Amino acid sequence: MLARLQELWTIFRRDRLGVVGLLIFTLFLLVALFAPYLAPYDPMESLYRPDGSFARQDPPSWRHPFGTTRMGRDVLSQVIIGSRVALLVGLTSAFITTFIGTNIGLIAGYYGGWIDDLLMRLTDIVYGIPFLPFAIILVAILGPGLTNTIIAIVLISWRTTARVIRSQVLTLKQRTFIEAARLTGASNLRIIYRHLVPNVLPLSLVYTALNLGWAIMTEASISFLGYGDPRLVSWGSILFSAYVAQAVYDAWWWVGPPGLAITLLVMSGFFISRAVEEIANPRLRER
Amino acid sequence: MRRLAQMVLTLFVLITILFFLFRILPGDPLTMFLDAALPVEVQELVRAQFGLDKPIGEQYYLYMRNLLRGEFGVSFYYRRPVLEIIGDKLINTLFLMVASLTITFAVGVLGGSLVAWQRGSTLETLAVGLVIFLRSAPEFWLGMMALALFSYRLPLFPLGGMNTPGQNFHGFLEQYFSLDFLHHLLLPALVSASYYLATPFLVMRGSMIEVMKEDFIEMARAKGLRERQVLYRHGLRNALLPVVTVLALLIGFAIGGQVLIETIFRWPGMGREMVLAVQRNDYPVAQAAFFLMGVTVTFLNFLADLLYGYLDPRVTYD
Repeated sequence: MLARLQELWTIFRRDRLGVVGLLIFTLFLLVALFAPYLAPYDPMESLYRPDGSFARQDPPSWRHPFGTTRMGRDVLSQVIIGSRVALLVGLTSAFITTFIGTNIGLIAGYYGGWIDDLLMRLTDIVYGIPFLPFAIILVAILGPGLTNTIIAIVLISWRTTARVIRSQVLTLKQRTFIEAARLTGASNLRIIYRHLVPNVLPLSLVYTALNLGWAIMTEASISFLGYGDPRLVSWGSILFSAYVAQAVYDAWWWVGPPGLAITLLVMSGFFISRAVEEIANPRLRER
Repeated sequence: MRRLAQMVLTLFVLITILFFLFRILPGDPLTMFLDAALPVEVQELVRAQFGLDKPIGEQYYLYMRNLLRGEFGVSFYYRRPVLEIIGDKLINTLFLMVASLTITFAVGVLGGSLVAWQRGSTLETLAVGLVIFLRSAPEFWLGMMALALFSYRLPLFPLGGMNTPGQNFHGFLEQYFSLDFLHHLLLPALVSASYYLATPFLVMRGSMIEVMKEDFIEMARAKGLRERQVLYRHGLRNALLPVVTVLALLIGFAIGGQVLIETIFRWPGMGREMVLAVQRNDYPVAQAAFFLMGVTVTFLNFLADLLYGYLDPRVTYD
């Protein structure tokens, strides 16, 4: 097992962008974990300058590396605390999505027949739903909040994983080791979870990393449109208040950092998924 | 044929989901519309007028019948037929989408093949890095930055909207085929094009790398054709097929993204109207906008499948 992991790491390491992505992701993960200790101020507290005046929309300085908002709040602290929402929503949705999508793909591909038909028609229907508008309407109807955002993301994004895993299972089913397992009398469940899962797992991980980026982007978009949890600071909600205050014209420091944070985190997911894809699909490696 | 039946089924389920989605609201869709101070009898009367006093089965039947006839009801906010409102917005959305997707594909196809041709160069690394960066950046953030840079710091473009306010238009042509309109269109089109660029760019690059391994490219070179001729006449044409399929899928994806780009640039399109309608609790408009987007996406997915089967005869659907 350890040797196998080491081998995978050797392949992964060859993709330089993949390593960069992993580094960025780890960095954000650490920031999110230790956010309360790292943030220099309370992200919602209105601050004052040393001379006692209100720190209204101050440009970057040593005291406030990313400046302050119109309400005198420290942007750096907001971005640091905001990483928690991004990673919480991103990781939770990505794992639930992968779990559901992989299972649907496995069941549809392995059993075939009407089960396959039913599940794939369901996937087609979900493919017909425009993602972001659906998320906005659902969150508006169910009420703003992280749980509802995650529900909206998961309800749509399992479709890609399910389709890809199914087609992978269809090819794997033809291979002799599955035939052999069946001949030795292994049950369906045993074949699926002992023999098929280890083979589709790398491909699932490719889509976990992609879904991570998607979920973070969707959460940011929903919060940006004003449907985020009003009690939480997220990158999308920082941009929402900056947009409402029209800050982009006179306070770039309020708009730049949260947007860049989203970009870097989404990009790291993209890079990681490309590197994992080389593990999942050995044909890509020689290129 | 089977694929067509499937599309109809998909649409049917989509409409049904929509029906129930807007009825899991607390109260009913009219709670927001009715003033609580109205006498109960009047409230009941309005409910009856909108057909909300009928059993859910009958409501569902009426809803289906009206949708098939293209009747989307009356907007709670504008107090005008939904179709009238959405119709204009749909045209505006289409103009913006066609403009940005044309730019995306022109740049993506040419850039992607050029980069494949110069494989391993610094240019390739930089270009791939750039398109991935643009795709990872939130579309609304790119729009905000573009507005700050190109409309405010350098006043090259208007700050949003679709026409300079205060004009009266006599007819369609005058409104859409004017320099003023183009001027308003360019920045949002460029911003969304740069966001979508990654898809055709990376697909074209991958496809071109495959094509370049083929014998007929070697042959064209051996004939003594110039590199540029080999690239555009022999390489590009053959590598284009996968990109065509991606086009239909990308349009479907772009429809959802319109919500953000239209909000940022105050573009009076369907996406922005949907967001506004949701904020105003104007459910007939939100429902109709969502329905139209869903229909378009479903139809485009269907088209993508057909194209895929047509371009690659090994694929069948039976």
